[in-house]
Amino acid sequence: MAGIVGYGSYVPRYRITVEEIAKQWGKDAVSIKNGLLVNEKTVPGMDEDTITISVQAAKYAVQRAGIDPKEIGAVYIGSESHPYAVKPSGTILIDALGIGPDVHVSDFEFACKAGTEAMYVAYSHVKAGNMDYAMGIGADTSQGAPGDALEFTASAGGSAFIMGKEHVVAEIEHTYSYTSDTADFWRREGRMYPKHGGRFTGEPAYFRHVVSAGQGMMEQAGMKAEDFSYAVFHMPNGKFPLRAGKRLGFTKKQIEPGWIVPWIGNTYSGASPTGLSATLDVAKPGDRILVVSFGSGAGSDAFVFRVTDEIEKIRNLAPGFKSMMDDHKIYLTYGEYAKFRGKIQLND
Amino acid sequence: MIVPRYTREIPQRYRLEAGKCKKCGYLAFPPRVVCPECGNRRFVTVRLKPAGTILTYTVIHVAEDNFAAETPFAVGVVETDDGARLTAQIVDCKPEEIEIGKRVNLILRRIRKEGHAGILQYGYKAVLQR
Repeated sequence: MAGIVGYGSYVPRYRITVEEIAKQWGKDAVSIKNGLLVNEKTVPGMDEDTITISVQAAKYAVQRAGIDPKEIGAVYIGSESHPYAVKPSGTILIDALGIGPDVHVSDFEFACKAGTEAMYVAYSHVKAGNMDYAMGIGADTSQGAPGDALEFTASAGGSAFIMGKEHVVAEIEHTYSYTSDTADFWRREGRMYPKHGGRFTGEPAYFRHVVSAGQGMMEQAGMKAEDFSYAVFHMPNGKFPLRAGKRLGFTKKQIEPGWIVPWIGNTYSGASPTGLSATLDVAKPGDRILVVSFGSGAGSDAFVFRVTDEIEKIRNLAPGFKSMMDDHKIYLTYGEYAKFRGKIQLND
Repeated sequence: MIVPRYTREIPQRYRLEAGKCKKCGYLAFPPRVVCPECGNRRFVTVRLKPAGTILTYTVIHVAEDNFAAETPFAVGVVETDDGARLTAQIVDCKPEEIEIGKRVNLILRRIRKEGHAGILQYGYKAVLQR
């Protein structure tokens, strides 16, 4: 059965706390932290972007898979912050890893869902027998407008998954998608920051799609919440995934290993894929994991994974996510953050 | 126009591709046509190990315009574990954390942007092993 044969994640070292952002805009940090259940977020270094994050995550995935990069037949990067408007991020990644040039490459975009789209298409190629290996990546260096609620969560990071049929560490048993025209969050061409519908992003957007996709997935698979060891739901903040999980019958204990948003923020296209990566770091053979992404606009992809014995062989071949999340952090002031994120207009 | 030169250098800047002399084993980075040790002209392409040791470094406080926003930043000479030497920025740390002899990994980062409309240029940089 087709599934994940290698996975890897990367988040930058830089962080900014909710307190530091709140101080800048005269807001109450305690109420924001309680409302969002987020303490701090990652910030990309001045030399980091979706491409460099994807490359590092992909290198770790190749390390774990133990395959020759030349065997990878397709590479898809899902992001809403591709550094170029025209020129694919994937072209730089394949040359950095030594994949191809006989490889199919494309960049995907679907707000925060682009990463699971990339994974879905990579998996479909392998399942169909088009190629032995395909890689799907979700990564972002998302921007929230200064002073906007999104500024407290919009962060940077990503994960890469190599799909294959041999030595599979997490089989994909079922997939399901749920999509509609729902304008909860968008960014028009040429605009630096996205706009969103405030409270409209909740019930009609995130919860409708995530809960429907979760229900649809479990009905299709003939499973219930208690059949899963773990579940990962898209994490725009800390509260939403816990609430969506509760509605679907999941406990906090099932969600906790992949609930990384309080310490890294919302990595957008990287969010649910990185939650999966953190969960694979602790999962045992036989565990089932439900993953439901969400992308504004809007849609959700759901996957049922079954972890195999192979996980124990590859888990320690690349850095685990927890150490990346917890160790050697560099905290920024708001001024440094504004400089890092290009929010200050410099003279030519 | 930087594009042709940038494209030519991709194997070295992205993948650390070096030339290994087929006769004496000398490691040339970037690759050379003639081996400076034995005069042989036949090389095999190898990828350098992306880890090494800081041989020396300096801290830049006054940089040219493309790097002005990054000051102060460190640039060092790194000897890779297979013996090649290269110059790279040392990032993701305070300059005072850097010491000669410390171990680094070589990773891909954006080196610079060609103005507001030109290409983005990527290449290797060093980060301290933690």
